[in-house]
Amino acid sequence: MTMPGTTAAVEASGISKRFGATVALADARLTITPGSTHALVGRNGAGKSTLVSILTGLNRPDSGTLRFDGEPAPAPADRRRWRQHVACVYQKSTVIPELSVAENLFVNRHAEAVPGARSPWIRWRALRAAATDLLDEYGIAVDPARPAGDLGVEQRQLVEIARALSAGARFVILDEPTARLDADAIQRLFQRMRVLATAGVTLLFISHHLHEVFDVCDTVTVMRDARWVLTAPVSEIGRDALVDAMTGEGAGSIAPPSRQPITGTAPAVLDVHRLDLPGGYHDVTLTVRAGEIVGVTGSGSSGKVALAETVAGLRRAAAGTVRVRDVPVRPGSVPAALAAGIGLVPQDRHREGLVPLLSVAENATMPIGDRLGPGSVILPRRRAAVASEMVARYDIKTGDPAEPVANLSGGNAQKVVLARALSTDPDVLVLIAPTAGVDVRSKQTLLGAVRDAAAAGTGVLLISDEIDDLRHCDRVLVMFHGEVTAEFAAGWDDAALVAAMEGIR
Amino acid sequence: MTAISPAVAPPRRVVRLARFRDLALLPAILVLLLVGVLIDPVFLTATNLTNVMQQQTELALVVLAEALILISGKFDLSLESVVGLAPALAVVLVVPAAAGGFGTGWATALAVPLCLLVGAAVGAFNGLLILRLRLSAFIVTLGMLIVLRGLQIGITGGQNLFELPPSVLYLGSAVWLGLPASVWMTGLLFAAGIGVLGYLRQGRALYAIGGNVDAARAAGVRTDRVVWTVLIVGGMLAALAGLLMTGRLGSVAAAQGDGMIFTVFAAAVIGGISMDGGKGTLFGALCGVLVLGLINNILTLAGVSAQWIQAIYGLVILVALMLARLTTGKAQD
Ligand SMILES: Nc1ncnc2c1ncn2[C@@H]1O[C@H](COP(=O)(O)OP(=O)(O)OP(=O)(O)O)[C@@H](O)[C@H]1O
Ligand SMILES: [Mg+2]
Repeated sequence: MTMPGTTAAVEASGISKRFGATVALADARLTITPGSTHALVGRNGAGKSTLVSILTGLNRPDSGTLRFDGEPAPAPADRRRWRQHVACVYQKSTVIPELSVAENLFVNRHAEAVPGARSPWIRWRALRAAATDLLDEYGIAVDPARPAGDLGVEQRQLVEIARALSAGARFVILDEPTARLDADAIQRLFQRMRVLATAGVTLLFISHHLHEVFDVCDTVTVMRDARWVLTAPVSEIGRDALVDAMTGEGAGSIAPPSRQPITGTAPAVLDVHRLDLPGGYHDVTLTVRAGEIVGVTGSGSSGKVALAETVAGLRRAAAGTVRVRDVPVRPGSVPAALAAGIGLVPQDRHREGLVPLLSVAENATMPIGDRLGPGSVILPRRRAAVASEMVARYDIKTGDPAEPVANLSGGNAQKVVLARALSTDPDVLVLIAPTAGVDVRSKQTLLGAVRDAAAAGTGVLLISDEIDDLRHCDRVLVMFHGEVTAEFAAGWDDAALVAAMEGIR
Repeated sequence: MTAISPAVAPPRRVVRLARFRDLALLPAILVLLLVGVLIDPVFLTATNLTNVMQQQTELALVVLAEALILISGKFDLSLESVVGLAPALAVVLVVPAAAGGFGTGWATALAVPLCLLVGAAVGAFNGLLILRLRLSAFIVTLGMLIVLRGLQIGITGGQNLFELPPSVLYLGSAVWLGLPASVWMTGLLFAAGIGVLGYLRQGRALYAIGGNVDAARAAGVRTDRVVWTVLIVGGMLAALAGLLMTGRLGSVAAAQGDGMIFTVFAAAVIGGISMDGGKGTLFGALCGVLVLGLINNILTLAGVSAQWIQAIYGLVILVALMLARLTTGKAQD
């Protein structure tokens, strides 16, 4: 898209990259005009993050050329010059858990926290002050002296964003920054991005939320199966055309089929009675019946995640009870919750979801080891068969179920977590943002699988703030500041729901 | 930009555990000093304390080396064999054949640099295997430990080396301003290490690498180069420890450093260094060394029979670990 006479801020052409047998990029290309906000979209495993790692110099392409402002890219080892060209929020967390939040913000650029400092010695007090300023500026309410490992997913993501945007590079890449943020935080991020764009900073933005692309970006590049498909101004391409380009099908977007209302006689599978967690939520009572999908939504501070984590045993409530099919569940214990028939898709797949170096097959079949052979024996062949079936059913893009789960693209790893939660046929399924980082088409597949589970009698508690996910629910509860403030039956009005989420009634 | 939303609690002042973890051993050290005094009045004399310190310098230097390596997320078992091999090799290259040398007849002034060079070379070779060939640090350095031990026996014929040039003996036996030179050097090296790890970007990089290699690389740290440097420095520190031990004992024993690595790990872990990398401080590691040194001294003064000392020593290490867990409330890994 380079105009005659201007040099592209970034120009990558003919980029190819293989990982073993997997072709991650084949003749991929990307040209970004200076100062533009460029979207990169494509299905899970299309090669977006791989292209990002090449643009930031972390991976070397097998072939192809890369130029910044017309100059060839720096030598791979010259990390300092790469950093001057490009800053990045990676899809995988790059927070260092043992170090403080302040140090994470200035990791390996400690001197930049103290402008004009000559000596190489770090001045910790000044660094913490600079970190406090930066956190305030981004509205992140955390103590900079805390170890970053104590932060929740969303706060960690915000720390990474603040770090990348403050690095002073003229080109900033954001790889799915919004997948783990709530609506307010996303709006704040977009405001930031617009300010930077006005200041002439070039941005590359990756997201599976196509409406965000139309919100903040001016140009979009679509990738499919490791290849470049098209680049166009967003004003000239519609949402359906974009989805078609991503999937390579002519189907456009499909509305979810309407659900059969569940019968009034279905028994309650999950009973949450007067649950209370100071600082989380207050006096929550809810019921999920067999076959019912109940949505819980609200902003980041609504307590919805804390509630779900309590139900699944990751947290312990101060008061109240959780019952599954009328049997009380021992609080604060994941094994007890599992034994009671509660399955979970956690919010943080890196920390609670997957064992990175074990294979896709092992990760996916972990809770059903007892079904893969006699006694405690796991028959590799049976496991492989079950795993292949899961890979096909949940549309997981992997070369081989025996490859480590760490090699999967972000969205595909998320699918493994969901496949695993469903594999045990739980009575109750607690899903926290199950489609975070999952592409438009795979979302349909995954939510279809959830609906199938519900049809077979599972009660589903779906925590999400994506309207499209919530459409699959029989009813939606809205939480605000820790309390359930509204309930909507299927067929709700978008505007009313959003208003309730923001606490306007 | 909008300010913090009202629902979010103001940042909670969290007590910094790391700070406490650092000082966690000070009470233990005080208690040990007290116990020492009660057991034997000799304990608190300047001579005894100087002795304790001097005996611990060698361990302390190897712990310093291992702590640096552990913090950057790697592992080195071969340090203990460097403690023996480095001085042995340096000595055989400079002493005449009659004294067990190779007969190369190199200037005796070269002995100290040669010794350090051997340590650096071992570290560099380990680094080559671990970083370039992506082999496991545990296995590489275990293999190296065995090879180097064998090498020392091979070149010395399993004999102790007694006829040493003065240059080799000097550092381990000299006294500067009333304190053994080895104590000065160890103190200064620890001070330098604490300064670098606490206040220099290059030092903080060790924590970043040990905490999350990918994140460190993404932040522009040249991770391989840093780890390689750490392994080389570690080798040199172990070689220096060997030199000090040689000077103190007046010979290079065939089994010099043998079995030392277990105590090294114990001291580092008691001192709060994590085996998983990215956690712990050198000050903590030094405290770990002091605790073990004092315990050793007290057991000796208390007249515990040599046959039992090892069992008790091991038990004390386990208790110390449990106490460290209790005082900080965090799991020790
Ligand atoms: N280190 C690796 N080793 C092996 N295969 C890899 C590695 N990194 C990526 N891949 C593979 O390369 C392909 C592209 O992955 P990439 O992460 O670039 O996808 P993506 O477009 O970012 O997807 P998502 O939207 O899910 O994040 C995938 O098939 C993935 O499994
Ligand atoms: Mg990706």
